[in-house]
Amino acid sequence: MKAVVHVMLKPGVLDPQGEAVRHALGALGFGGVEGVRQGKVIELDLADGDTAEAEAQVRRMCEKLLANTVIESYRIEIA
Amino acid sequence: MRAAVIVFPGSNCDRDLAVAFRAAGVEPVMVWHKDTALPDGIDIVGLPGGFSFGDYLRCGAIAARSPICRAVVAHAERGGMVLGICNGFQVLLEAELLPGALMRNAGLKFLCKPTVLRVGTTDSPFTGGFERGAEVTFPIAHHDGNYFADPDTLARLEGEDRIAFRYAENPNGSAGDIAGIVSENRRVLGLMPHPERAIDPLQGGTDGAVLFAAVAGALQVA
Repeated sequence: MKAVVHVMLKPGVLDPQGEAVRHALGALGFGGVEGVRQGKVIELDLADGDTAEAEAQVRRMCEKLLANTVIESYRIEIA
Repeated sequence: MRAAVIVFPGSNCDRDLAVAFRAAGVEPVMVWHKDTALPDGIDIVGLPGGFSFGDYLRCGAIAARSPICRAVVAHAERGGMVLGICNGFQVLLEAELLPGALMRNAGLKFLCKPTVLRVGTTDSPFTGGFERGAEVTFPIAHHDGNYFADPDTLARLEGEDRIAFRYAENPNGSAGDIAGIVSENRRVLGLMPHPERAIDPLQGGTDGAVLFAAVAGALQVA
């Protein structure tokens, strides 16, 4: 079983790296890019088992380590 | 008087911090991150600057979950003193001993230069030797020193007089120009600038020695 965790800065938290990417895109001639947010994708290979239980466990991993919930939000996909 | 200086893989200011403690009369003991307990008779824990665990995941995130950090949190919860400098400040935030987070510098550049700070609270065993509002110069050396906290937390820090140092000229985008804060019981200080790099005239200044002398003084009284 695979779990994919998407970690993003929360709305309202300034993302200077995303802003730098947006400027660079503009410099390359890509118009109309109004915002860029940069995040992380973390893939976990999990032993096969109950999907709901796995999701609950990954949620605990996010709360304890994978995301800093002061500034980041996360989304979990189980595949 | 004894200080434990915690050493993580990638710490690089651990020996400077030990020198600063020793110069103030506090005997340093180096403690490896895999240890599960602090040595006996430790009065203060120092979390040094550096790039613990290569800044993987987030600065200080892995270090804050290392075995020794459980002992450091227990020490702080017993009312013990903790000083976290630069990466050590990041570890303190990740360990939730202090509120907020440190993000990438607003200008995206690694900053390494002497920085003028204004002393905020003098009501702490770290800052009692300064005058409120005094200007001191400590070097900064960081890529992720942009302090962030939600408006309620910032208001609480302000209201409880817990801002220890502010940048005279904000170099990194930190909310409220915050360079360092203390815990609710005022026994934990985290700051991005490096007082241990300002303890000897050869380093270009000695403002940092005042902080270490205050720590030694507070421990002597206790």
